[in-house]
Amino acid sequence: MVVDDSNSIRDMVNFTLKSAGYDTQEARDGQDGLNKAKESSFDLVITDVNMPIMDGITLCQELRKLPNFKFTPILMLTTESSGDMKLKGKAAGATGWLVKPFNPEKLLATIKRVVR
Amino acid sequence: MSIDLSQFIPSFLEESFEGLELMESSLLNLEAGDNETIHSIFRAAHSIKGGAGTFGFNKVTEFTHLVETLLDEMRDGRRDIVQSDVEILLDSVDCMRLLIESARDEEDCQDEKITQTSALLAKTLGNDSQSDKSIVDNEATDADIAENGQDKKHWQIQFIPEHQLVQTGNDPLLLFNALADFGQVEVQANIDNLPPLTDMNAEELYLHWQLSLISDCSEDEIKEIFEWVEDECELIISLKTNENTQTNNTPKNQRSSAENLADDNLNSSVGSAPENNQNNDLTENKKAVQSSALDKKVISTEKSPAKKSEVGSIRVGVDKVDSLINLVGELVITQSMLSELGNDFDLTKVERLTAGLEQLLQNTKELQESVMRIRMLPISFAFNRFPRLIHDLSKKTGKSIELIIKGEQTELDKTVMEQIGDPLVHLVRNAADHGIETADVRLKNGKPETGTITLDAYHQGGNIVIEINDDGGGINRQAVLEKAIEKGIVEPNATLTDSQVFDLLFEPGFSTAKEVSDISGRGVGMDVVKRNIQSLGGRIQVESEQGKGSTFRVHLPLTLAILDGQLVRVGSEVYIIPLIAIVESLQIQSKFINRVSGDLVLYRLREDNVPVLPIYQLFNLPADNKEVNNALLVVVEADGQKVGLMVDDLLAQQQVVIKSLKDNYQQVDGISGATILGDGSVSMILDIPGMINIALEMAQKNQKMLEQETV
Repeated sequence: MVVDDSNSIRDMVNFTLKSAGYDTQEARDGQDGLNKAKESSFDLVITDVNMPIMDGITLCQELRKLPNFKFTPILMLTTESSGDMKLKGKAAGATGWLVKPFNPEKLLATIKRVVR
Repeated sequence: MSIDLSQFIPSFLEESFEGLELMESSLLNLEAGDNETIHSIFRAAHSIKGGAGTFGFNKVTEFTHLVETLLDEMRDGRRDIVQSDVEILLDSVDCMRLLIESARDEEDCQDEKITQTSALLAKTLGNDSQSDKSIVDNEATDADIAENGQDKKHWQIQFIPEHQLVQTGNDPLLLFNALADFGQVEVQANIDNLPPLTDMNAEELYLHWQLSLISDCSEDEIKEIFEWVEDECELIISLKTNENTQTNNTPKNQRSSAENLADDNLNSSVGSAPENNQNNDLTENKKAVQSSALDKKVISTEKSPAKKSEVGSIRVGVDKVDSLINLVGELVITQSMLSELGNDFDLTKVERLTAGLEQLLQNTKELQESVMRIRMLPISFAFNRFPRLIHDLSKKTGKSIELIIKGEQTELDKTVMEQIGDPLVHLVRNAADHGIETADVRLKNGKPETGTITLDAYHQGGNIVIEINDDGGGINRQAVLEKAIEKGIVEPNATLTDSQVFDLLFEPGFSTAKEVSDISGRGVGMDVVKRNIQSLGGRIQVESEQGKGSTFRVHLPLTLAILDGQLVRVGSEVYIIPLIAIVESLQIQSKFINRVSGDLVLYRLREDNVPVLPIYQLFNLPADNKEVNNALLVVVEADGQKVGLMVDDLLAQQQVVIKSLKDNYQQVDGISGATILGDGSVSMILDIPGMINIALEMAQKNQKMLEQETV
């Protein structure tokens, strides 16, 4: 599942994943993502941090409360590479983070690291 | 695998411009303590920066980074929200727009304003060296990577994860797989900490591992793999080289030479060879990608002029598409019902046929409306630039002006919307510059100190009307008239109605402002405004009362593809007159007919003298009625000029789909397009201004011939 409030980023991540043969679902913000997560389960969640309605950190915390998502890899797509941000993400249960600018090759390499 | 993301540039651009508009309008409404607004501004800047980085729009990224830093400080409360910062941010929004536009056009943006604003931003932030620093940082890491050794090293890694490691979705096996990408890995699991089965929690991890890696990678690269789990594990990375073992580890120093030999073998044969190849491949790939990117850049710069006429995209709400699909579904049902009816039709089924056709009519109408709605956008798209404009204008003029926007949900065709933007800006500027008086004048005249400009949009009989109203001084009728006489636009002793006088404002080269200001320009604009509106099939009206203010009313068709037309018959031909141009239709009474020199017939319509144009004469047709007496006259207005078109019969009023003559045949004077009528025949749509021109030319020709005859 790809969660991002920016259409273009979402489209790009989606496109990258699809061209690598993954099936994807999109969500526009944390709340949307959470609702979709309650309906089905995913092998991987890629989420933006800064989003309206519900941010990526909260989404991550909420997802970890769902039995289906206890061990699901959750990647944060963020421009903020500060240690503080990473600590917050970790505390919320994020698996790892990807630093923007978005780079498709790097995304795919990273996915290999978290999805069997 | 290289993935080409350039196809996403248009959607990024569209989104960025939306983001900029949001930033602008939010900044204008920003008040201290309004956290949600500042967050949304920050998010918009943040998204632009992220996207720009992806596409390599470095100037945009750099600039936006400064903006974002400032916004971040405001967001965190480290910086108070003060007006001067907001002004800088508003200027920054303009700069970002310029930068993004030049990135889109693949031009280098050299605008002075950008240098100034970014210097100002840096000064405000108080650390103008920051951007340089980050570049240096990048270079340093690049150098690090380049410096890294070419030799194979033998790494020993001890990985002791905390029990809850898997609960963040991390998976040790995948980490080891990633390590294996660097070279040969041997893994040994340690099960010492494994609790008895009864105490075991299935969601926790009790193992730890000892790994050995033979690779040319650096310690940083290994650390990077464990980056995400570094706080949740104990990680000991040590290097086991021959020298190292000699100096650091005395016990291991006693390794037999056979072991050393084995190590060397490992190094040279198993680990290195395939790895090296892969690396070479990678670098080559990268080079290929870079050079192809370069090629593309060259090609696209060559193409760039053509690129500007690119087909724009439209974002449509899902509900609109859904309703369209719904309607198509109904249409299919109607169609199948009708075709079933046609299979064995007899007269008993006429009633069902009529009902079916009725339904078909309804479906088609709804479908048409639904399709048209797809092109419709709320007029707020055109209106939302005005708060900023008024903000700037009131700063520049020193007048206090309030902007009221009404009817922003009124929907308008996208193309019309795009083209009406500039004329509206011009009208609003005029209202602020010439309309609204200065505060002291207003107070003296008993008006509130703050002037008000109102923008309104509403539907009126198949058209959309946009109103620009100001409560300023109004148009000085006498000044306009004097100026027009001075310019020779009107005769000194002509008597004109108010609306005729105000229409003079739209004459080329007319300007009443005593001093030319840099806001409204030199009066070259109003005629262009009128022309733009006319080219959209619309018209503009002025109402003004001295001392109370003026209202400019722009009437526009809802769409450019469909036209409300009046069908008229001349001889055996059916023509369409745009309904928007028609003032009235009447039967000619002979007592109001005046003949003047040449063949020109004037018809007295209340206080106007309207020239009569017999269509049959212009188009050289056999008409039923060639006599002016008792003929039908359709009075139309174009370019502020009324003319009466003489027709044989008035037929229905209906919506017609405009087909361009220019695309399908060639431009014909006096005809703006064609359409297909219900019976399948083609009908021409009359171009009123064009017809007036033809009539004028003919009249002049006749005049000359007459003069020659008398000589």
